Amino acid sequence: MRAFLAAGLLLLTLVCSAQDAVDFDSQSITIALAQEPPQLNSMKATDQVSVLVLGHVMEGLTRYDRRGNIIPGVAEKWELTDEVATFWLRKDALWSDGVPVTAHDFVFAWRNALDPKTASEYSFILYPIRNAEAINKGELPATELGVTAIDDHTLRVDLERPTGYFVKLTAFTTYYPVRQDFFETQGELYASEWDAMVYNGPFKITEWVHSASLRMMKNPAYWDKDKIILNVIDAEYITSDTRAKLNLFVDDKISYTVLDGETYKDALRQRLRIRSFTTGSVFYMSFNHREGRLTSNANLRKAIRSVFDPEEFVNKVLATPGNLPGRSTFPVWLKGVEGRFRDEYPPPVFDVDVNQGRRYLAKAREELGVDKIPSLVLLVGDSPTAAKQAEYMQGLLKSKLGLDIKIDTQTFKQRLAKMTSGDFDMVNAGWGPDFDDVMTFGDLFATWNLNNRGRYSNPEYDRQVRIAMNSSYPKTRMDAMGQLQRILLEDAGVLPQYEQGVIYLLHPKLRGVTRRVVGTDPDYTYARVIE
Amino acid sequence: MLVYTLKRLLAGVITVWFIATATFFAMHSVPGDPLMNDKAVTEEIRANLERKYGLDRPLHEQYFVFMGNMLKGDFGISFTQQNRQVNDIIRDHFPVSATLGVLAITFAALGGILWGALTAIYRNRLPDIIIMFLVILGISVPSFVFAALGQLALVNLNSLLGYSLLPVAGWGTIWHMLVPSLVLGLGTMALLTRLMRSSMLEVVNEDYIKTARAKGLSPMRIFFRHQLRNAILPVITVLGPQIAAITTGGFVVELVFAIPGLGRYFVQAVQQLDYTVIMGTTVFYGAFLVLMVILVDILYGFIDPRVRIES
Repeated sequence: MRAFLAAGLLLLTLVCSAQDAVDFDSQSITIALAQEPPQLNSMKATDQVSVLVLGHVMEGLTRYDRRGNIIPGVAEKWELTDEVATFWLRKDALWSDGVPVTAHDFVFAWRNALDPKTASEYSFILYPIRNAEAINKGELPATELGVTAIDDHTLRVDLERPTGYFVKLTAFTTYYPVRQDFFETQGELYASEWDAMVYNGPFKITEWVHSASLRMMKNPAYWDKDKIILNVIDAEYITSDTRAKLNLFVDDKISYTVLDGETYKDALRQRLRIRSFTTGSVFYMSFNHREGRLTSNANLRKAIRSVFDPEEFVNKVLATPGNLPGRSTFPVWLKGVEGRFRDEYPPPVFDVDVNQGRRYLAKAREELGVDKIPSLVLLVGDSPTAAKQAEYMQGLLKSKLGLDIKIDTQTFKQRLAKMTSGDFDMVNAGWGPDFDDVMTFGDLFATWNLNNRGRYSNPEYDRQVRIAMNSSYPKTRMDAMGQLQRILLEDAGVLPQYEQGVIYLLHPKLRGVTRRVVGTDPDYTYARVIE
Repeated sequence: MLVYTLKRLLAGVITVWFIATATFFAMHSVPGDPLMNDKAVTEEIRANLERKYGLDRPLHEQYFVFMGNMLKGDFGISFTQQNRQVNDIIRDHFPVSATLGVLAITFAALGGILWGALTAIYRNRLPDIIIMFLVILGISVPSFVFAALGQLALVNLNSLLGYSLLPVAGWGTIWHMLVPSLVLGLGTMALLTRLMRSSMLEVVNEDYIKTARAKGLSPMRIFFRHQLRNAILPVITVLGPQIAAITTGGFVVELVFAIPGLGRYFVQAVQQLDYTVIMGTTVFYGAFLVLMVILVDILYGFIDPRVRIES
C-alpha cells in the first residue's frame, strides 16, 4: 500500500506543467510547427518551417517591417547602382556569443552557398552577384565572387547585371551571414542542434528536442532588442495534423494554427474567429509543350481555357475563404511602377464560352488530324485537395468538351520526377515568390528556367524576360513584364487556377503577428501578448 | 538450450540480411527521385548531391557500400535532414516509440488476458457478448479514428473541467503518454482478448482441469495455476511480433498526439524517398522484430517445459 502511495505521489509531481497558448506576464507564446525544421543551415534551407525559424533567429543586411517594406537590418544604409551595391554595416550588430557581425560573415556565407560542393538548392537566388552563376556551375573558384569586405563594416557587391531589387534580396534566408570560424568548428553538423549554430537575429534557439519541441528566446545580443517585446516563442508541438492542432488551439495550448477544408467546418461550428490571408502563391495547370504532346497544340489549350471558370473553381472546389480566382500568373499583390502591377498591366480577359471552346476543339482536331482527341493525362499530388481539384477538371472537360481525362495520382517525389521528365499532358502546379519583385514570377516560363516543367517556350516571351533582366528602369521592366504576361495568357501556355489563401486561427490576446507573402510567415518578431 | 538459441540467432541474422537486401532493391526500384525538390537545381548541384550520397555509382556498388557500412553500424546521413546521422535519428526517437509501445503493450496484454479470461468464464452470457462486440470494434476500427476520438474526448473533458486535466498532445511526462498508449494498444488488446478467450475455452475442458477440480483445489488456484498458465501460451507467441508491430505502428498516433517517435520517421522516409532513413529504420525494426521472436521462443521454454524437452 505504501509503495502504491509513493508511486501515486511521484506521478502527481510529474503532472505536466504545459504552458498556456499565451502568457502576458512572461510575454511568452506557444506555437506548433508543422514539422521538424529539416535544415537550419541558412545557406541550404529551402522549406517553409526552416525559413520560419531562421527568420526569427537570424538577420540579413536588410529585413522586412510589419508593412512589408525593406528596413535596415545588419546594414545601416546602402547605395545601389546598376553595377555595384554597397552596404555599410552597423557596429553594434553582434552574434549571440558577443562577437561582432562583420562584412566577412556575408562574404563567407555567399561564397559557401554558391560553392557547388555545398549543393545549395537556393543558390540561384545569389545569381545577380557577379560570377555567381559561373561559380555555382563549377566554372570559377568561389573566391571570384563579386563580393568584397572592404573593411569589417563595409560590404561591396559587384552585380552581374542591373538588379533593381537586389536590396530586397538581402533579406532572404540564403543571404544571411554565417561566421566562418564557428562554422568550421562544427563541420557537417553545423546547425544540427541548438548549440551547433550562432545567432544574430532578434531571437535565439535555446532548446531543441528533435521532432518534439524548439524554443526560441529573445536574444540579448540583438542590436534592436528594445523593439522586441516577446521573450519566448515556444514551439512545444511538432505535427502536421491540422485536427490535432485545432484541438490544441481549443484547449488553449497553442496560439496559432492553420485550418484546412475539414477543420474549417469544425472551427465554424465552434464559432471561432477565422482569419484568412492570401499567401501570394499562384496555382495553375501546366500544359506539356514538349514535341509530340497533344497539349502542345494551342487550340486544344484554348479550348480547355474557354470552359474553365476560375471563379467557380475557387467557390465550388476550394470552398474556403481567402483564395482568389486565378486570372494571371502574376498575383495581385505584386508592385508595379507606382501602384500594383495588375492594376497597371491588367491581364487579358477570356470569357467562359463553351461554344467558343468547341470551335477551338474542332480546330485542334483538324490540326492534329484526329476524329477524337485521345485521353489526356492529368498529373496530380496525393492530397485529398489535389484529388478534388483533379476530379473537378475531369468532370468539367468531359461534360463541356467531351474530353477524356486520366488522373495520374502520385506521391510528392514521384510527381516531381514525372514533371521533370515530361511524363504528363497537364499537371497541377504552383509557384510561391522567393523575393518581392515581379521577376520572381516573370522568368518562370522562360525557356531556360528549369522550373518551367511544361517546357513552354516562346522566343518573344524569352526576349521580354531578357529586356526586364537587363534594365534597371522600372517602366521598361514593367512594360516587358506586362508584355510577357499577355503573351503567356494569349498562348494559353498555362491555365491559372487560383491565388492561394490560407485560413487560420490566432489567439485573441496575441497582437502584432505579421503575415507576409515573401519570407518568414507568420512572423512573430514584433508580436506581443496583451493583458 | 544453448545450441537451440545459437541456431535461432543465426537464422535471425540471415533474416535481417534478407530484409536489408530486399528493402534496398525494392526501394531503388520505386519510381521517383530522392534528390528532387520543389525547386529545380542545376546539373552541377545535382551531380554533387549524387556524389555526396553515392548515388552516382552503379546499383550493385551502392549495395556493397551500404552493406559494408551497415556491418560497421553506420547508416549514413539523412536525405531530408542533411546534417543528421540516421543513427542519431534512431537513437533519439526509438526510445520514445519504445516507451509508448511498452506502455501500450502492457495495457494491451493485461486487458487482453483479463477480458479474454472473463469472456471464457461467462461464455455466451451477457458480459461475453458485450466484450466480444467491443473486441470486434477494436479490431475493425483503424487507430487513427481512435486517436482522433481520444483527443477530442480530452479537449471536451478539459473544457468541461475548466482546466487541463490531461494534455491534448505533446510529450514529456507520464500524463502525455496515457491516452496515446491506450489508443495505440486498443487493437492489440482486442486481438489478444479473442485469442485468450478461445485458448481459455480449450483449456477449461481439459482432463487435468477436471483432475484438479476432483482433487479439491480451490477455484482460484485452478484458475491461476492451471487454466491461465496453460491458456496464456498462444498469447505469449503473438506478443513478440505484436511488441515489434506496436512500436513501429505508432505513426498515426505519433502524428495526432505530436509525439517525437521513430514511427513518424519510418513512414515519412518512405513518402520522401529518404533512402538512408528508409534503410536505417527498416533494418533496425527488422532486427528488433527478429529479436523479439527469438526472445519469445526462449521465454517459451520457461513457461512450458515441454518446449525445452522437444528441442
